[in-house]
Amino acid sequence: MSDAAKLTRKDFTSDQELRWCPGCGDYSILANVQRVMPELGVPRENFVFVSGIGCSSRFPYYMNTYGFHTIHGRAPAFATGIKAARPDLSVWVITGDGDGLSIGGNHLMHTIRRNVDLQLLLFNNRVYGLTKGQYSPTSLIGMKSKSTPDGSIDHPVDPIAFALGAGATFVARTIDVDAAHLQQTLRRAHEHKGMAFIEILQNCPVYNDDEWIEVEDRKQRVEAALVLDDGQPLVWGPADQRRGIRIEDGIPSIVALDAGEDPVSKGIAVHYERHETPAYAFALASLQRPAFPLPIGVFRAVEKPTYEAMLQQQVDDAISKMGKGDLAELLHSGDTWTVTQ
Amino acid sequence: MSKTSKGSSASSQKRTEKLEHVAIRFTGDSGDGMQLTGTKFTESTALAGNDLATLPDYPAEIRAPAGTLAGVSGFQVHFASEDIHTPADHPDLLVAFNPAALRANVNDVRPSGMVIINIDAFNKKSLAKAGYEDDPLPELRERFKVVEIPLTKLNREAIKGLSLSAREGDRSKNFFALGLMYWLYNRPMEPTIRWLEGRFKGNVLEANIRVLKAGHAFGETTELFPVSYIVPAAKIQPGTYRNITGNTALAWGIVAAGVQMNRPVFLGAYPITPASDVLHEVSRFRHFGVKTAQAEDEIAAMSAAIGAAFAGSLAFTTTSGPGFVLKQEALGLAIMAELPMVVVDIQRAGPSTGMPTKIEQADLLLALYGRNSESPVPIIAPSSPGDCFHAAIEAARLAVEYMTPVVLLSDGYLANSAEPWLIPDVEALPRTEIENHTDPEGFQPYMRDPESLARPWAIPGTPGLEHRIGGLSKEEVTGSVSYDPENNQRMHEIRADKVARIGSVLPPLEVKGPSQGDLLVVGWGGTLGAIVTATEEAREAGLSVSNVHLRHLNPFPANLEKVLGSFEKILVPEINSGQLCLLLRAKFLLPAKSMSKLTGQPFLVAEIRAEIDAMLGQEN
Repeated sequence: MSDAAKLTRKDFTSDQELRWCPGCGDYSILANVQRVMPELGVPRENFVFVSGIGCSSRFPYYMNTYGFHTIHGRAPAFATGIKAARPDLSVWVITGDGDGLSIGGNHLMHTIRRNVDLQLLLFNNRVYGLTKGQYSPTSLIGMKSKSTPDGSIDHPVDPIAFALGAGATFVARTIDVDAAHLQQTLRRAHEHKGMAFIEILQNCPVYNDDEWIEVEDRKQRVEAALVLDDGQPLVWGPADQRRGIRIEDGIPSIVALDAGEDPVSKGIAVHYERHETPAYAFALASLQRPAFPLPIGVFRAVEKPTYEAMLQQQVDDAISKMGKGDLAELLHSGDTWTVTQ
Repeated sequence: MSKTSKGSSASSQKRTEKLEHVAIRFTGDSGDGMQLTGTKFTESTALAGNDLATLPDYPAEIRAPAGTLAGVSGFQVHFASEDIHTPADHPDLLVAFNPAALRANVNDVRPSGMVIINIDAFNKKSLAKAGYEDDPLPELRERFKVVEIPLTKLNREAIKGLSLSAREGDRSKNFFALGLMYWLYNRPMEPTIRWLEGRFKGNVLEANIRVLKAGHAFGETTELFPVSYIVPAAKIQPGTYRNITGNTALAWGIVAAGVQMNRPVFLGAYPITPASDVLHEVSRFRHFGVKTAQAEDEIAAMSAAIGAAFAGSLAFTTTSGPGFVLKQEALGLAIMAELPMVVVDIQRAGPSTGMPTKIEQADLLLALYGRNSESPVPIIAPSSPGDCFHAAIEAARLAVEYMTPVVLLSDGYLANSAEPWLIPDVEALPRTEIENHTDPEGFQPYMRDPESLARPWAIPGTPGLEHRIGGLSKEEVTGSVSYDPENNQRMHEIRADKVARIGSVLPPLEVKGPSQGDLLVVGWGGTLGAIVTATEEAREAGLSVSNVHLRHLNPFPANLEKVLGSFEKILVPEINSGQLCLLLRAKFLLPAKSMSKLTGQPFLVAEIRAEIDAMLGQEN
């Protein structure tokens, strides 16, 4: 086994030439993943990156780990098989809004509900890039694309609400260009025992440029983003113009705060990741631009038994109860008869 | 029923007659327990040492409307003191629980055969439901020996005093008929009683045992049956036998493959008729280290299996036609990534949803050519229920030795039919332990074994072998993504060559009958029994006919061309519209003749025999 302690970013960089467009958000995500990997205490050979089809799905080729570039939308199913076979591996699924939520929506839902212990990074740029610019399942109503010259008429799916609805035990949103927040989110996802779902807001400079500029741009972000911090009130805005989110009967509303005013005394919700019910996290997920700031951070982190651990437990229990299977015994079980000469 | 001798039994006042072979068909509503009745009779018959073959035939609906033709379920069992290969074209005895079952089956009964009916179920209403305008019995009495038994009434009498509802009580009447059959053919009741004791308790157990014994006693005392029959044990190869269906054998073969290759088994599957039983059966064997996963759909089942194969498991997925279609894209990836796994397609009648419980072998070309581009894959087809066990092991062995997905084509006939199976000696089963590649020195993901052209199985978790695979075209040896035109051509050729090389290690085809002559009957899969029986009969009648049965459909065994060339004419009976025939004609430029059947039913021996006679200019 290689020594996990001595690894550096370079150890995770493959010899393949990067083939994303200049300015693509994927570059930043790749660099940050490569920076975080050496810190996780996992031997390099135990990492597996699995992807489907799309721009983001080229990701495994650039990681000097085990990698599997599979077929469109099915990466979570492949990853489930890998993890079921080898629970000790650290499995990372890379997908996008088209791959994960359109053609692969079914697998994503079921992998989340099974709570397979893997990290799934959904790069959301609200457009199909590799097929050259069609609208995606997260594109907003009215989006003009090559396939929707008159504007999209599909109501979009919100990845966070989708994951919560499927029963996700860990749900987070982060931003391609915010290195510190992205890295911290990756670490948290890796620590989480169970399926970790991360939506990464990612810029496509060619087909949907600046879709997330409000939260990517540090100046605009002060107004447009609500950074979630466990145990802290839901407050955002410049120091002289702070506002908070109050949640009553599951409905969020904005409350203005005077300078120095205690948010809790004004009924501002305090962020808590471990509510047993997902109702609070759903309320957060409903916060959308432009009416509300966009929440960034960990929405929910709860513990549930993992799929592969329960599967392994059934094997272990069966062996301790029945003894290791014996083939001859199996073939002779039940009614048999012997023919002599 | 062919008679050989007469004698008197020591245990009964009645005469016994010795027969060489008998075929019985149990028929009733799909809720009448016909499959269970047939299975139990089969088990007792197997224990009596007969050779046997069965044919279950049931509707896809779990409970079709009672008393209608759509809801009729049947189970035919053919047993003999000689070697037999088919469930028989025509039953000697039909048990019909209602008019619909009678109407749907009676014309299959051999002339002057016996027809036992539950007369309690025959009334104006039920006759009308079955589509009979007049009472059919007077006419049938002319053609058959019709025995009318008040099964419902006798059953109720037998369970009198037990506190069971009328509905619960009436459910055991199939065991009355079973007990009667046990008497009629001198079969032991003990295996069924043992099974009942393991399955039921209290009043239900008591009722079933009472009814079974009552049926037996009824046979002994009634004047309706002056004779009971003995079918002596068959002279078969010494050894220990069990009764087995194709699906059970396949499931056990999957478990055995893991043991013989010393690899943990992973089976990903999605429920589909008639393949679900394999998933059920394999799921019982967690103590073999087997992991099974019921996936969200066919694609996920296939994908998870490929993922498990990448991670070093011996991976399987099991499905039937429509599911096999859905798996094709992922199968293409497994071919491209050169990962070992077995895709089992238990073919059923189609197209589309078709007739899920009926028989076809029409997915051969789908298995061969059903993917985008050139994507060669080895194909294996077992030819009897017990053979499914060995085919599963062989498919897994080829997959691992050649680092390729392998398709195993079973069918609904093999899946549900049963035969006595010589239990193999575990020590004598092939062992294939392929080690994972672990040496980083000079490692390349697409380096190859010079003989088999297999690439190394380098699984995640192995230090120094980190590499990426995927569906994009890959450079020879290094496995880097490549759009180089010449490289792409070479990789196509390597994949094709790798599969083709399997042909040279296959055992040569064995011709049954003379190795040259007027006519060769070529088959594959579940048609073996009918073809063997028909060709044997034809030879006995003096015709120059042999048969050969293909287990390997891709690649073909090396001597196939020579075998085909040794006969004047070639007949290819298939339960499709001539798929193997098309391949043989295309590959060998021979005027092979297709014999097609698409009724959802297996070939009758007589059908193949008639075709043989016609081809050889014989008058029937």
